[in-house]
Amino acid sequence: MTGAELFVKALKAEGVRHLFAYPGGQAIDMFNALYGEKDIEVILPRHEQGLVHAADGYARATGKTGVCLVTSGPGATNLVTGIATANYDSVPLVCFTGQVPLGLMGNDAFQEVDIVGITRNICKYAVTVRKRADLGTVIKKAFYIAASGKPGVVVVDIPKNIQQEEGSSSYPEKIEIRGYKPNASVHMGQIKKAADMLNQAKRPVFLIGGGVNIARANDEMKRLAEASGVPVITTVPGKGAIPADHPLYVGNIGIHGSYAANSAVSECDVLFSIGTRFNDRITGRIDTFAKNAKIIHIDIDSASISRNIVVDIPIVADAKRAISALLERVEYKDREDWILHIDEWKKRHPLRMKKTEGIMNPEDIMRAINRNYKNAVITTDVGQNQMWATQFLDLDGGSKLLTSGGLGTMGYGLPAAIGAKLGCPEKEVVVVCGDGGMQMNVQELATAVCYELPMTVCILNNGYLGNVRQWQEMFYNRRYSSTCLRRRKCCDSACSDPNAECPPYVPDFVKLAESYGAKGIRVFKEEDIQAAFDEAKLNSKTPTIIEFIIEREVNVLPIVPVGNPLSDMYLEDPEV
Amino acid sequence: MKKRRWISLLVENEIGVLARVSGLFSGKSYNIDTLSVGTTEDETVSRMTISFTSDDKTFEQVKKQLNRSVEVIKVVDFSDAPIHLKELMFIRVTSCSGDDKAEIFRITDVFGVKVIDCSRNTVLVESVQTEKRNNDLAGLLVKLFGGRVQIVRGGCVGIEALTITER
Repeated sequence: MTGAELFVKALKAEGVRHLFAYPGGQAIDMFNALYGEKDIEVILPRHEQGLVHAADGYARATGKTGVCLVTSGPGATNLVTGIATANYDSVPLVCFTGQVPLGLMGNDAFQEVDIVGITRNICKYAVTVRKRADLGTVIKKAFYIAASGKPGVVVVDIPKNIQQEEGSSSYPEKIEIRGYKPNASVHMGQIKKAADMLNQAKRPVFLIGGGVNIARANDEMKRLAEASGVPVITTVPGKGAIPADHPLYVGNIGIHGSYAANSAVSECDVLFSIGTRFNDRITGRIDTFAKNAKIIHIDIDSASISRNIVVDIPIVADAKRAISALLERVEYKDREDWILHIDEWKKRHPLRMKKTEGIMNPEDIMRAINRNYKNAVITTDVGQNQMWATQFLDLDGGSKLLTSGGLGTMGYGLPAAIGAKLGCPEKEVVVVCGDGGMQMNVQELATAVCYELPMTVCILNNGYLGNVRQWQEMFYNRRYSSTCLRRRKCCDSACSDPNAECPPYVPDFVKLAESYGAKGIRVFKEEDIQAAFDEAKLNSKTPTIIEFIIEREVNVLPIVPVGNPLSDMYLEDPEV
Repeated sequence: MKKRRWISLLVENEIGVLARVSGLFSGKSYNIDTLSVGTTEDETVSRMTISFTSDDKTFEQVKKQLNRSVEVIKVVDFSDAPIHLKELMFIRVTSCSGDDKAEIFRITDVFGVKVIDCSRNTVLVESVQTEKRNNDLAGLLVKLFGGRVQIVRGGCVGIEALTITER
């Protein structure tokens, strides 16, 4: 059996049904072995970056490991952003890259790059297969490492001569790795201490990160909140850990978090966090973060504990296992004063956008998505669109949010939705993106059309790279440097004033959609939102792009300026 | 508090593992003072001795980050443990007069190290001592012979002590 044939056998043994793959000279043998293969559907995206984001969306939506196959050199380097994106958000991926023959490695051969060297610091494990005899073991190891413990990305680089070489056809069933022992237990003594601390707290909150979603512990988390009566706050990747319309749900924390959530974290006496790494985007000024609270921190990665903030009770464990253990020990406590206090914050500064009669704002669009899509997969791009999605989407009825939380990768939304739809064909899939991010992987519309993947792509078009423009408006004296996407050669290089004379937007997203064979709709007014979604739902064969023309200078609020404590936030646009 | 730290790593003896370990230090902006590596009695395993200067929090992070690397089999913290720790250093002194040579021989006697090679006017000293003692010897020879001194130093290697209780 050739190495390439063993590769295909290994994929089948691992239960791989979809392979995201783009061919090239040094991967051609593996593609040859896949030719005519019935058990594995090979998906051909239009760019390797779209490919890896699609595999990422597939993995996040299904919980299975996403698998990529690309060629050496540029094929491999085009994966880099997607590898970092997935690894940062603990998404299990195995990326196979073709490589020049071993004998040519290091010789600056055509399309040779040291992809293992390039990706070493942005993935969980990267390895070049150096002996045909090792191929089966290395692939087995890759799948095991990617999906176990804190999931992540594994890169397997396979030189062409190893793909071609005849050798053993055996693929191991189990693997032992002496340097890798993912945590498979939970320290009951620590759990007991944590439960006791929570039971005695007067003003406790749960702070839930992406770890709960990754562990698929959403039901357990909801039960834990209800069993203890403790309010729940989430990070951006933690959104959806419990439904956003649950009475115990407070909102998102962070620089665009809700007033109630940020205030509750600032004033709680016990902060019980699960599956978050206390990134700078959620803590605000670190020395004021939850300064009166005892902190309990559960994380699967010991290196995440006590890195950014000092923790009183650390627990290294998988979220699901830890929550299940906690469920047996937490007691329901009536903390009426605290709950009322939080409700008071919610009422005082609810998460609402300022409404101008007759003008469609992003909140209207998000609320329309809430009304129209239940049990859906929603992907976002990065920037204002992502913040509005995480602020206003309810994610009730089992909906799931896929977003690049850690790396913040523009161009993620559309390809991730393609992967999600392939993995969950029975679910409706919605993309929320901006006009900037949409153009970063717009070529993947072709993939969605070719594989007949209906989805609703909501482009919030303000003609700006809005998140940066907002910062420029608020903190850089309206110096809109390189953030206007309508800017042309004729424009003043120091423009800070969008107006009716601005050049027209390119591309025309409706025509663009049509040129791909997809459907395009443009919406200007609030009253036309519903009709657009109705039309999108009728299109069951191809994607529907709805371009929402929103106000050019609308901001995400509230916002905590960098360097401020979490509780010190702008609730409204500052006076000019 | 910032202080000198020592760790010993057992790692897979594979291509790229040194890059992985050193890349982890550079990626996190931790500066390595010395690093040495060689194979062990098991040829599939290499042992590294690494020293760097850090506060307690950074040191904990380094250990955790190393521990979670697939290629790292075991992390041993040498910082406060009784260990034997030695460094190899060669010092060559050129353009020596007869008196210079005599002086170098006297100094090597005092330091308990050897002159291992010698030509008409050049002397080569081999010193296997603690890092600190090597610093002292190197400092002294540079003071005496200035620009005529060339120094080659390896990283330290360490092993746990059997009976001693102080380092």
